[in-house]
Amino acid sequence: MKNIKYSVLAFLGLAMVLTSCQPKSKTSNGALSSGAAEKVYVAPGEHDEYYAFISGGFSGQLSVYGLPSGRLFKVIPVFSQDAEKAYGYNEETKPMLNTSHGFVPWDDSHHPDISQTNGELDGRYVFINGNNTPRIAKIDLTTFETTEIIEVPNSAGNHSSSFVTENTEYVVAGTRFSVPVPQRDMSIKEYKGNFKGALSFISVDPEDGGMDIKFQLLMPGFDYDLSHPGRGASHGWFFFTTYNTEEANTLLEVNASQNDKDFIAAVNWKAIEEYVNNGGGKKMPSNYAHNVYDEHTHTATSTMKKEVLVVNPAEVPGAVYFLPTPKSPHGCDVDPSGEYIVGAGKLSADLTVHSFTKMLAAIEGEKFDGEAYGIPILKFEDVLAGTVNQAGLGPLHTEFDGQGNAYTTFFISSEVVKWKLGTWDVVDRQSTYYSVGHLMIPGGNSRKPFGKYVVAMNKITKDRYLPTGPEVTQSAQLFDISGEKMELLLDFPTIGEPHYAAGIEASIVKANSKKIFSLTENKHEYATTNDNDVKVVRNGKEVHIYMTMIRSHFNPDNIEGVKVGDKVYFHVTNLEQDYDVPHGVSIIGANTSELLIMPGQTETFVWEPKQVGVWPFYCTDFCSALHQEMQGYVRVSPANSNIELSHSLGE
Amino acid sequence: MKILIKSVVLLFSLLLISCGGKEEKKKEGFSVKRQKTTTEKTVETPATKETKASERIDLTNKGVGPITSLTLNDVDDAMAAKGKEVYDQLCLACHRIGKKFIGPAPDGILERRTPEWVMNMILNPDQMVKEDPLAKDLLMEFNGSPMANQGLTEEQARAVLEYFRTL
Repeated sequence: MKNIKYSVLAFLGLAMVLTSCQPKSKTSNGALSSGAAEKVYVAPGEHDEYYAFISGGFSGQLSVYGLPSGRLFKVIPVFSQDAEKAYGYNEETKPMLNTSHGFVPWDDSHHPDISQTNGELDGRYVFINGNNTPRIAKIDLTTFETTEIIEVPNSAGNHSSSFVTENTEYVVAGTRFSVPVPQRDMSIKEYKGNFKGALSFISVDPEDGGMDIKFQLLMPGFDYDLSHPGRGASHGWFFFTTYNTEEANTLLEVNASQNDKDFIAAVNWKAIEEYVNNGGGKKMPSNYAHNVYDEHTHTATSTMKKEVLVVNPAEVPGAVYFLPTPKSPHGCDVDPSGEYIVGAGKLSADLTVHSFTKMLAAIEGEKFDGEAYGIPILKFEDVLAGTVNQAGLGPLHTEFDGQGNAYTTFFISSEVVKWKLGTWDVVDRQSTYYSVGHLMIPGGNSRKPFGKYVVAMNKITKDRYLPTGPEVTQSAQLFDISGEKMELLLDFPTIGEPHYAAGIEASIVKANSKKIFSLTENKHEYATTNDNDVKVVRNGKEVHIYMTMIRSHFNPDNIEGVKVGDKVYFHVTNLEQDYDVPHGVSIIGANTSELLIMPGQTETFVWEPKQVGVWPFYCTDFCSALHQEMQGYVRVSPANSNIELSHSLGE
Repeated sequence: MKILIKSVVLLFSLLLISCGGKEEKKKEGFSVKRQKTTTEKTVETPATKETKASERIDLTNKGVGPITSLTLNDVDDAMAAKGKEVYDQLCLACHRIGKKFIGPAPDGILERRTPEWVMNMILNPDQMVKEDPLAKDLLMEFNGSPMANQGLTEEQARAVLEYFRTL
């Protein structure tokens, strides 16, 4: 071990000497790993150049990494309860996980996307979809907290989501599984022709970011796999890949792979928006949750919405077309100019690229190759821009560097392939370890990608890390793409399954990141923003403790008169107004998580004492030199006791 | 370390055994011990040579921070009222009027400190407890519990100072 240490030191030393002597040159042939170490090294105290928001997959969360270091900064709880942050455990955030199916403590988070203005990332919000119980969440990038979740009715397997249009007019959520709409008791065998696939356009308020389902397009009963917005000339359109155009309801592995070509659905959402604004569409009774977290009350509310506007695409001429695309396409990716729509037929070795200009011409010329459920099918040859031939096996997803290059993942051959837009020539390929799914270039889904790095997100790692039993980490791999050839720089582990990610230049986001919540703006119903207002109130069997915390005490810290059978609410306000001074709190036997309360914030946990005694509570987050002294007691008396409710501090 | 803990536990249990089984007795023993320490303290305090930092008078030290010079006019009641509001929300958790609490009581502060020092202590506590000799001693006197930076604006700190003048 020592030897290794010394040789590493010597190596580093040598590397430093070498680099300090070298004139600055940015080319790299990728042969020397010393260059790679240097490129991902962010010195202690320095900041990374990019934020990467990487989906937590079946953890239900969203993780925040720095690039190029691959350091994990935060796991933002979105769709799953998180005991560390009390998300979904405290009284304030429980409503965030409410749905039409009741409280759902978990989901499968998939495709984060960052809000845009004029086709460029603006760094205000990240959106991400819950796949299992269809929902779209919004994370506010001033607080890095989930502030809104809207359930998507008529949807199932919310997979072709959550991608935003050029000005964040809409965040779009498409269903993967088609279902009866409205849901009803019917034979599964009657799927074909009866099930529907809902594509939901959720408007985003330009001022406060509030989400609302503007309309749902009820499409034929295919599987809608992924989607992306048009941009530039194609702004106003949205593209969705489909598979199972066979409309099979069993053994899809075989039965959904019969057609030589499935479709990319091109949706002219501006046309539908106009149709809807003029009274088109049909209001359909529904039931779905809309959960909003208010930064000033520090509290979420859940509202059940009872109606959704649905649109039959056949009734809006010129709004939807099908572009034949080979072999059950997965990724549906639009280049920064908006001209090319890349379909990655996952059972094919080729990539199919459609031309937006040609598509418009074909629509103009009404050169249709039939129709499906009233939706015109364009001729494959008429819309095809080109094919990237035999590029690899199992293409999944493509991103762009803004320099005329595209990068596609190939799952089966486990590689990232770089190719040129327009000539369709393959220029480079690099292996991934192993079985890459999606990839991400910061700004990739926008007019202006930051084409410096690509992050490949792998499904399998096997031997890449120290083993941890049968379950091993999933992984991301960072490539430098600033040169002609891609260069593998770094492996780093990820949480859950990293389905997809969104990256952005750190400078756009970090200046807006909040340091504290202002006490004067705290509008929590049970806030105690003034130490004079500390109190303990009994309301029948309920006891409400209005408590404050500051380095290094609770007020009150002695409470008597609580009885077995009471339901005790700790409403705790952190009176600190300094950066990075959260306090935590919990009490022995609490059947819920701790609270982790940011400066100026109020949170509530419930404790139902079951045993007589004197029970301590304490600060759970090391806050100061006297953190160990930050503690208190609650005396719990028998249910029939006459002890008066009282509280004190320092008496 | 482990041995130390073990021997402390052992000593403690011996102590318990020697006290006998009755709860009342244990309590008595404990309170006697406690009284002892208090008497010791009261005896010792007047004997210490140096005045406690909280009682020391220094009307020249302006402290370390953004405020270098400040002239006080007649008390501005409106400003003082505003200062009380700020004080109740941001300071009261640790500073109580007329009573030593987590930190010192603010009444009469201007008989012991310059106005600049008071404002710098509010606005720049992190640096004050590291660099200002008085603030350093105060930190020790108050159990190493450092003054929190409550993010007051200069205007708010000034108003709090005005409130202190009315106490």
